[in-house]
Amino acid sequence: MTAEQGAKRAAKPALVRVKGLHKRYVHRPVFSRSEFAVDALKNVDLELQPECLTALVGASGSGKSTLALCLAMLEKSDAGEIWFEEREISRCAAHELAWLRPKIQMVFQDSAGALNPFFSAAQIVAEPLEVQRRESGRKLRLRACELMEEVGLSADWADRSPLEFSGGQRQRLAIARAIALQPTLLILDESLSGLDLVTQAQILNLLADIRFARSLTCLLISHDLSLVGQVADHIAVMHQGTIVERGTRQRVFGNPQHTHTRELLAATPGLELAFRTAQPGMRT
Amino acid sequence: MKYLGRRLAHGILLLVGASLLCFLFTDLAPGSFFDEIKLNPQISPETVAALRSHYGLDQPTSVRYVGWVKSVFKGEWGYSFAYNSPVRGLLMLRAGNTLLLTGVATLLVWLIAVPLGIWIADHPDAWSDRLCRGGTSILLSVPELVLVLGFLCLAVRTHALPVGGMASVGFDQLGRWSKLGDLIMHLIIPVITLVLAGLPILLRHVRASMTEVLKAPFVQAARGHGVAKTRLLFRYALPAAANPLISLFGFSVGGLLSGSLLVEVVTGWPGLGPLLLEATMSRDLYVVVGVVMLSTVFMILGNFLADVMLVAADPRIRMQ
Repeated sequence: MTAEQGAKRAAKPALVRVKGLHKRYVHRPVFSRSEFAVDALKNVDLELQPECLTALVGASGSGKSTLALCLAMLEKSDAGEIWFEEREISRCAAHELAWLRPKIQMVFQDSAGALNPFFSAAQIVAEPLEVQRRESGRKLRLRACELMEEVGLSADWADRSPLEFSGGQRQRLAIARAIALQPTLLILDESLSGLDLVTQAQILNLLADIRFARSLTCLLISHDLSLVGQVADHIAVMHQGTIVERGTRQRVFGNPQHTHTRELLAATPGLELAFRTAQPGMRT
Repeated sequence: MKYLGRRLAHGILLLVGASLLCFLFTDLAPGSFFDEIKLNPQISPETVAALRSHYGLDQPTSVRYVGWVKSVFKGEWGYSFAYNSPVRGLLMLRAGNTLLLTGVATLLVWLIAVPLGIWIADHPDAWSDRLCRGGTSILLSVPELVLVLGFLCLAVRTHALPVGGMASVGFDQLGRWSKLGDLIMHLIIPVITLVLAGLPILLRHVRASMTEVLKAPFVQAARGHGVAKTRLLFRYALPAAANPLISLFGFSVGGLLSGSLLVEVVTGWPGLGPLLLEATMSRDLYVVVGVVMLSTVFMILGNFLADVMLVAADPRIRMQ
């Protein structure tokens, strides 16, 4: 990102602002008065700058995916606020979210589970367009084929079942579906996990192209810090349901403040040192 | 087609194996139909020996098995010593009554369990879900026998329902609609018992399958695209959750003849249950083998039907 681009983006208001978000999962056994509760999110504050890629990192079970589901309004938070394009969305009823659905899209980790096995590739990509009544009939299929080609999949494969694609191809299909509605925010929930390094690099390049071509804001959830170190503009570190540290990539990786961030960086040898070397003025 | 052909061949082999085992085990059981006759001083041992010879009971098991297989191909399915008639006619009449009872009960179980299971899966931990989970836990722990005896006690005390059988005295003199009404009144107790016994298992399966599928990423993604609730449940989640339910449907079809034996005996429903009990007590060998084999045929057909439905419904299985 150039200094000019950075200044331009900084001048824009945050696309997403999360304030004091709480999410608790409660399970009550049938014949019991007691209940088991897990606080998945505790007082989470986060801002996503427009057209930036923010990475959410943390150990498994730290609440990253729950936060992503809450942002996409696929889970209802218990308390706190989520502001999207200057509108508070966390308390909206299902019917009030129609305007929001096309604007926030998600790509899931499990590419096999994320695609409906009963649909063909074209049907999967066309589904959001059909649901949102953007296209219909022959145009719908044509648009689906265009989107498949945009993510590097041949339109000849339109009638294939998602089960006939490889892991990387399935993830491309999921990305094609996610960008079909031209969203403003794309959430990638561990979308690159489980792919080999070459496929990861290909998908990353594809995402970079799409991001710049469509001015997308991205939230990348990952526990692969070396990957995050390559692509993220901002980084937020989650630990036990709370965001313990956030800032620019250089700041968080070059000068980690929280113990948990240091622990995560210690698990990826060389990464912290690389960022410190890149910024000699930083405190060590 | 190859897969279904293999399943069909497997079913036929199973049928042959089941018939052999059934014949062997009934042969190993002590005593025979003519043992009670022997106790009658008016019947001479020579007559009993002649009767045994007439029905082939003096032959080795293998010869009798081959004879029984021939009679199956002739459409007789063996010969009943007690009724002095081919087994097939006996079984067909009783199997019709059993199918009427279990068919109505199975239909009701599915009609209740599928929509209710979908609804409670869509409202996890709501009062309705907790009520259903609690209710099914209680029903699962109560034996079918206790349920049917409870209903019969209630019927005896209240005189609201007939306490047994399939028809009231003077049934033949009733008009068409009165006959239907009388039949329905007689069906109520056994059907409710079978529904309450079968519902908890199916309801729990529907709930569990739907709960799992509703958490699947492709359903979450569809929600994220704005797919309406009804479409999401029935077009997305239900087909994906259907696999275990289709297998259970196969078992339901398979259990149509064997699932109500106890209830039939207790309520006096003239189905296969009382016939099997009576034939077992009197060692009417071919009737016992006939009932068991008919139930096995239904079980194999049910499983085959489930396999066909699974292949037709799920592209994942077709891919395999």
